[in-house]
Amino acid sequence: MIKAVMMMNTQGKPRLAKFYDFMTVEKQQELIRGVFSVLCSRPENVSSFLEIDSLFGPDSRLVYKHYATLYFVLVFDGSENELAMLDLIQVLVETLDKCFSNVCELDIVFNYSKMHAVLDEIVFGGQIRSCLKRDFTCPEVCFRVARPIASKLA
Amino acid sequence: MEQLKTIGRELAMGSQGGFGQSKEFLDLVKSIGEARSKAEEDRIVLSEIEILKRRLLEPDVPKRKMKEYIIRLVYIEMLGHDASFGYIHAVKMTHDDNLLLKRTGYLAVTLFLNEDHDLIILIVNTIQKDLRSDNFLVVCAALNAICRLINEETIPAVLPQVVDLLNHQKEAVRKKAIMALHRFHRKSPSSVSHLISNFRKRLCDNDPGVMGATLCPLFDLISEDVTTYKDLVSSFVSILKQVTERRLPKSYDYHQMPAPFIQIKLLKIMALLGSGDKSASEIMYMVLGDLFRKCDSSTNIGNAILYECIRCISSILPSPKLLEAAADAISKFLKSDSHNLKYMGIDGLGRLIKISPDIAEQHQLAVIDCLEDPDDTLKRKTFELLYKMTKSSNVEVIVDRMIDYMISINDNHYKTEIASRCVELAEQFAPSNQWFIQTMNKVFEHAGDLVNIKVAHNLMRLIAEGFGEDDDDADSKLRLSAVESYLKIISEPKLPSLFLQVISWVLGEYGTADGKYSASYISGKLCDVADAYSSDETVKGYAVSALMKIYAFEIASGRKVDVLPECQSLIEELLASHSTDLQQRAYELQALLALDARAVESIIPLDASCEDIEVDKDLSFLNGYIQQAIESGAQPYISERERSGMFETSDYHSQDHHEVPSHALRFEAYELPKPSVPQQASTELVPVPEPSYYSEPHQPIPTSLVSERDSSEIKLRLDGVKQKWGRPNYQPTTSSSPNTSSISQQAPNGTATQHSDGGVGSSSSKPQSSYNSKKPEVDPEKQRLAASLFGGSSSSRSDRKSSSGGHKPGKGTANKPTTIPKENPTPVQPPPDLLDLGEPTATTVTTMDPFKELEGLLDSSSSQDGGGSTDVMGLYSDAAPVTTTTSVDSLLSELSDGSKGNSRTYQSQTSKGPNSKEALEKDALVRQMGVNPTSQNPTLFKDLLG
Repeated sequence: MIKAVMMMNTQGKPRLAKFYDFMTVEKQQELIRGVFSVLCSRPENVSSFLEIDSLFGPDSRLVYKHYATLYFVLVFDGSENELAMLDLIQVLVETLDKCFSNVCELDIVFNYSKMHAVLDEIVFGGQIRSCLKRDFTCPEVCFRVARPIASKLA
Repeated sequence: MEQLKTIGRELAMGSQGGFGQSKEFLDLVKSIGEARSKAEEDRIVLSEIEILKRRLLEPDVPKRKMKEYIIRLVYIEMLGHDASFGYIHAVKMTHDDNLLLKRTGYLAVTLFLNEDHDLIILIVNTIQKDLRSDNFLVVCAALNAICRLINEETIPAVLPQVVDLLNHQKEAVRKKAIMALHRFHRKSPSSVSHLISNFRKRLCDNDPGVMGATLCPLFDLISEDVTTYKDLVSSFVSILKQVTERRLPKSYDYHQMPAPFIQIKLLKIMALLGSGDKSASEIMYMVLGDLFRKCDSSTNIGNAILYECIRCISSILPSPKLLEAAADAISKFLKSDSHNLKYMGIDGLGRLIKISPDIAEQHQLAVIDCLEDPDDTLKRKTFELLYKMTKSSNVEVIVDRMIDYMISINDNHYKTEIASRCVELAEQFAPSNQWFIQTMNKVFEHAGDLVNIKVAHNLMRLIAEGFGEDDDDADSKLRLSAVESYLKIISEPKLPSLFLQVISWVLGEYGTADGKYSASYISGKLCDVADAYSSDETVKGYAVSALMKIYAFEIASGRKVDVLPECQSLIEELLASHSTDLQQRAYELQALLALDARAVESIIPLDASCEDIEVDKDLSFLNGYIQQAIESGAQPYISERERSGMFETSDYHSQDHHEVPSHALRFEAYELPKPSVPQQASTELVPVPEPSYYSEPHQPIPTSLVSERDSSEIKLRLDGVKQKWGRPNYQPTTSSSPNTSSISQQAPNGTATQHSDGGVGSSSSKPQSSYNSKKPEVDPEKQRLAASLFGGSSSSRSDRKSSSGGHKPGKGTANKPTTIPKENPTPVQPPPDLLDLGEPTATTVTTMDPFKELEGLLDSSSSQDGGGSTDVMGLYSDAAPVTTTTSVDSLLSELSDGSKGNSRTYQSQTSKGPNSKEALEKDALVRQMGVNPTSQNPTLFKDLLG
């Protein structure tokens, strides 16, 4: 089961945090900080997997991916496959890229509710919505919405 | 499609202007982004909170504005500030009719509230209404919210509607309903236990997405109870087969891989179902083989599936062919440059090693590379692997490595784990007591505060009991070495408390036993300890007791005791201690010093820490007393269980008769309290001492009753250890390990001569040069490590090693075709053929495939009803197993003709990657380093071994 999805920038500012078990705000902050301090101590070119029992309890792992100024982080337990989780991040990013055409940190900050909607289509109650339709509802919609905005910006 | 457009319009409405938010919000985000310190950020957020509080209270806030405020609240809460003042507005927003606002409301509510929050009760009604909505997007939003907001008590309120939605015409709704039901099952299994059949039914859904979603709850159910789902094995296998044959719509592809997440889930389920079940495993073999062939290992997701296959194979009943394929995949992972893949490779190796321990051997260098990798995660995973493959032959190297690593890290959590692993390995496999004590010293020194106290007790026990019955000489040697090592360490600053306790105890017990160290020397050291750690009472207590023992032994042996001045002052200080325990020990010590030799000897006998003490568990010595008490009118003792059992039944009866709910008032009188005289007496007579002092011999005798119980608990581990420590086993291995490494240094030369002798005609200088040329790549240090880790690993594998030992040098000298005549016939067989036995079965299965619906599900014409699907299951369980067993038979028969060994060596070579020559050389060398010489090349090794 997936325990949490987080996005934070390289300064450690959370950009999106979703926990699939309820946590108090303080606990969430503590975890976000903890994860960030682990991530920023990782050197380049090492594996994207971490065992972080110390933060999330026994048998919890973390997969992260670093895109430009953002860390994408998935926390999950032993019943998931690490490589698949890594790809789930890829799926998420590709979807966002589709939605926002060249997604950047600002898109994520300002389209908070859309981000959550996209995420809800991919991960649902801590489970991957295992069917992975590339054209699933929401991103398509977002895509349509995003295009005019993008053109307006340009 | 229509609905999509609706959403599109809705979303578009919300996203006018730059990023769709007001300038205020943009400014807020920007200023937070530019904040230079946490304090500044807090200030900004606090002022934002003030603004929002004001705005939310204004009358008639336009809905669009309100939506933005809510999103700002979410943002604030994400930054770690309390936004609870706005929760109620989010709740209100869920009541809105506008879909976009409703969704925002639900989003905010799911992020803000937990399932036990007071406001939930206001939402349940809305959710109920929304679940009945005609607009499926509203239903979806409500289902989304359910997953997060419904707790055990509110499940019944929405359950009937969720169940109805399982048959909704939209697949997206069916899928979410399944997920919601799954969530209910996780929250409270009993509430949906009668609905579990729905999951089975939905497995045959027309829509692959719904089918995929069903796998999640089924996985949970199957991991709880495997047996009731055995009938689904063939269905799962056939679904997986169809997925791999790309019979799902293209839209499920991801990086050219058909529905990978469904595949992974299926493999997980199969791993559960196949474990320890022969017939189920056999059904799976073929599709797993296919997967190995088809998986594209160039993409990440392909590797994810490969890894899942490895996991599955390691869990089901092993099949040699599949193990082969899995080993191949693992070697590809390990050879990859990606750390992620290496990690998976190490993990897979750790899984397979349980089934075939020799697999690690061909990857030894890769493993060592991982061990020395700067990547911490990889390192830890590798240590985990080493932990799994530890044997008595390599325990020293592995534990030393672990300790080095343990010293180098700061993460206490992991330090504890690795320390306990060191201890466990040392206890299980220690080659000698000496080594064991040294290792434990190291562990204690660096992680003493983190290890379990039992470990310390075990160590003391071991030192006290030594090798056991007959070897007193060795025992005293062991003790002496322990004492010596402790005296060396004791003056180091800042030792962990637990370690000091062990040191004090051992010094007290055995410090003067050998006569090598004088009593005053030891007692001086002990006083230093008590001085240096004056804030640690436990350590002080141990030190004082140790002093007492030393003086007692002195007195008992008739020598005159000079109490050192610092010791005297210590005693005086402790006599006035605040701790009663220390005070008592000090008084006891003082009293003891005044006694004569005979009295002292009987109080503290020499080396009596492991004397057996008879335990009278029934406390029969109290019988007389009890008899007396009963005669004088006391009630006999009723055991606690009987008493509570009696109360329970009486309660139960009273409820039964009057049907009084448990929280109602009781009208009967309470039973009279029973005086439990015997029990009290026993607690008075047998004082229960602190278990941590259990082996202190100065305790009065009755207390040691308890100590015996304690020690029997602790004993468990050590019993096994002692057997493993049969010394004769070890002396040879330890002495031979340096030998093998020295042999391996010479090995290249040896092979060279062998070749020229054998008439191959290659000059002896050639292998020599190849050896040199490879040297910079493979550090001899590493090779030695490899040899010591993997070297003595498997005697059972001698047959394979012999064959490789035979032909590897030939490969090392390269390009002479004459050297490899024997191997040629086998390599012709390409690796895919090894697994490609399944074609006939594949066709039979697909022809009668009832899951054709899956293929044609986009045709709206093919609809399917629940009744038909159950028939489908019946079909499966009949037909599929029969066909597959035949294929497995043929598989086994092919194995039995002895081509196994050859094909394996072939595979290991072909999988070396692009740089094959280098790899071969590396491989050859490693084999010589790590492999024991055996029959294939007898003359060669004879002269090396003498």
